[in-house]
Amino acid sequence: MKNPTMVERKSERELVVTRTFNCPARIVFEAWTKPELFKRWWVPKSCGLNLVSCEMDVRVGGGYRLVFQIDASNSMPVFGKYIEVTPYSRLAWTNEEGGEGGAITTVTFEEREGKTLMVMSDLHPSKEALDAAGTGSADATVETFEQLDELLVTLGASA
Amino acid sequence: MVQHWSDRLDASFAALSDATRRGVLDQLGRADASISDLAEKFHMTLTGMKKHVGVLEQAGLVTTEKVGRVRTCRLGPRRLEEETAWIERYRKLWASRFDELDNVLEELTRKERVDGRKNGK
Repeated sequence: MKNPTMVERKSERELVVTRTFNCPARIVFEAWTKPELFKRWWVPKSCGLNLVSCEMDVRVGGGYRLVFQIDASNSMPVFGKYIEVTPYSRLAWTNEEGGEGGAITTVTFEEREGKTLMVMSDLHPSKEALDAAGTGSADATVETFEQLDELLVTLGASA
Repeated sequence: MVQHWSDRLDASFAALSDATRRGVLDQLGRADASISDLAEKFHMTLTGMKKHVGVLEQAGLVTTEKVGRVRTCRLGPRRLEEETAWIERYRKLWASRFDELDNVLEELTRKERVDGRKNGK
């Protein structure tokens, strides 16, 4: 039984995703901050994008850069800077690939009885920016939950 | 304002959680239809379809108008529908990311236990 992922538009400029993970915060934090782990889950196999490189310098002022291969001749970089890094509890970074005025992403991890509540917020500079954000990335096709379940069963069987 | 938003979204998600209702929206996306047309198309009783349309109407996804004895349904305020659809797409993207993350976390947790045993903790 997977934990539910909740998405809520908190305000005209802010979109918030929450989810619980069944392990301590330090382990979740590690999976968000070590590139070799991060790249294993950030791009679901289903969305047809290939993450060709993933560099993360996780400290305040450090940068990150992800490059997605869209097809043979097109790749798309995603990059920004870390503005807050508090081990096991808080991360925040800028999203600069869209030029000026990208969103600020803040992720907090709160451990309770061995489980971790993660809250991720994307704060956009304006309502229009958030509205537009919905149309860009949404083209990445995400399969239905049934297919995802199958995928997980396969992964579980091979684990 | 924010509360209103999330109430609206809750209603939308509830409305979209049913396959027949999603089918009705799909149908109305192609052409307006009366409740009896829809009932026939989805092999339902008129009462059953009225209930579904009522839920969609509550969520602002459909508007209905009675002309004479026929109640015609059409798609409601389009913006909300698009908004709801993109939030749901976004949610699915994150849900699939986090389901993958679960696998990574499980592995790390297992590894930690094994390492812990090795180090005699």
